[in-house]
Amino acid sequence: MTPAQKYIAFQTIVVREIRRFMRIWVQTLVPPVITMSLYFVIFGKLIGSRIGDMGGYSYMEFVVPGLIMMSVITNSYSNVVSSFYGAKFANNIEELLVSPTPNWIILAGFVIGGVARGLAVGLLVTLVSLFFTRLQIYSIPVTVLVVFLTAVLFSIGGLINAIYANSFDDISIVPTFVLTPLTYLGGVFYSIELLPEFWAKVSQANPVLYVVNTFRYGVLGHSDIHVGYAIGMILVAVLVGGAFALHQLTYSPRLRN
Amino acid sequence: MNIPALEIRNLEKTYPGGLQALKGIDLTVKEGEFVALLGPNGAGKSTTISILCSLVQKTAGKVSVCGYDIDTDFPTAKQQLGIVPQEFNFNSFEKVQDILVTQAGYYGVPAHIARDRADHYMKKLGLWEKRTTVARMLSGGMKRRLMIARALVHEPRILVLDEPTAGVDIELRRSMWQFLKEKNAEGTTIILTTHYLEEAEALCKRVAIIDKGELVADMQTRDLLKRLQVETFVLDVQGDLPKDFALPDYEAKVIDEHTLEVTLDKQKQHTANDLFVALSAQGIVVQSLRNKANRLEELFVRLLEQGRAA
Repeated sequence: MTPAQKYIAFQTIVVREIRRFMRIWVQTLVPPVITMSLYFVIFGKLIGSRIGDMGGYSYMEFVVPGLIMMSVITNSYSNVVSSFYGAKFANNIEELLVSPTPNWIILAGFVIGGVARGLAVGLLVTLVSLFFTRLQIYSIPVTVLVVFLTAVLFSIGGLINAIYANSFDDISIVPTFVLTPLTYLGGVFYSIELLPEFWAKVSQANPVLYVVNTFRYGVLGHSDIHVGYAIGMILVAVLVGGAFALHQLTYSPRLRN
Repeated sequence: MNIPALEIRNLEKTYPGGLQALKGIDLTVKEGEFVALLGPNGAGKSTTISILCSLVQKTAGKVSVCGYDIDTDFPTAKQQLGIVPQEFNFNSFEKVQDILVTQAGYYGVPAHIARDRADHYMKKLGLWEKRTTVARMLSGGMKRRLMIARALVHEPRILVLDEPTAGVDIELRRSMWQFLKEKNAEGTTIILTTHYLEEAEALCKRVAIIDKGELVADMQTRDLLKRLQVETFVLDVQGDLPKDFALPDYEAKVIDEHTLEVTLDKQKQHTANDLFVALSAQGIVVQSLRNKANRLEELFVRLLEQGRAA
């Protein structure tokens, strides 16, 4: 394939992915906005007003970046896992596998599809959050970079999950038993400064902590961990995860006999 | 020297469980040929096709498509191929025209060209009226035609069809045959697996038979049919058959008072002409006759039996 043909193939996958989640927007875009609105009302407004400051900011200010990031994480992940596994389940992934589209283009296409949904939901949640708090972006480059890298990272995670999944149950196990606990324990609702030293150190093994804190830094200028280190960790995770996903796309017996 | 459309050398496939699906297949298909790949269920036909399109990885052997080795230049080899698999594998929630344009996109076809081609094949295959219908709402026959249209939107040089007319009614099957003949006449090489041997005889100038992972026959359909030594005909006669009629030189069976079944054996120098003379001498007038079974079917069964006995 020529570079122009590869670009067309990439564009085709991305457009198809965006069309897919837009077609079922009631299932893909609306629920996270409603859930996050409830979080804003209950945790931010009702409970948050009794909590007081967190990390030098009002609880609402503190929790909003975390909740935006939480919606980006879960939606980029679930978009790719459900789309890719659905295609695998119905065998229409074969349309792509028999084509000359290189595996790295397939990976990039699905990942950007996931990023598009993650960003779309993130944007909607951000707009809703404006009803509850004033958002002043401290660093636009850090905010944009971290939200993009996070969506990429969790889209890759969704793809790996989809390749390994043998049933629809398997695509809900990781979000339920891994992603949700990591997100809740990743500093969305609290600062790790509140934790005893031992648990604060354990929390540093949680990748969600890095993305939430870096995003919070981008928005508020406050982070529990060093931002450069956190971006480095996210980049390493993207590269390792991307390489593994590409290897699976090429060699996994779950896709090719 | 002409480069073959498909060249398979010593192709082997052993699945992880130990099943040896292909035991060293050799097959060459020239550009522009219309070849039938026949064989019973589990013979290795679908495995061969799946290797061509990278859904199954071969264990050993060489495969090249229009001169492009699948080991060294698989993307270019795939670009030459249009695959129509046995099972429906399109996204049944997408519209017919979107499925076609998207598939062309995977082959790097620009959207405006893809749309023109999709329109062309939808009209050609009777899908035009359903172009904005989601695929799951199509009838079985329309889904089959959609699969063929989808395999053609990137204009492949070789079209591979795995049981394309399974479950399709006779009228539709005939129209699909006509379409495939036209594509072949336009220069597209076609490789077809089918269980309908009538289909292979009607469409394919060449037949390759696979059984238990081995190629047991590969020749022109005409030459293959010449190997048929025994042929059984069903004869409808005018009026009732006489009670005392006899055909001592032939294997004959009375089906009812108007119908007779007679087997001609080339080894016994039987001809249809001699049979008519013998019947005529007894006052029997043949109104019409037909083959009891498809000729290729008889030969196919015989070849498989011979192969398994050897």
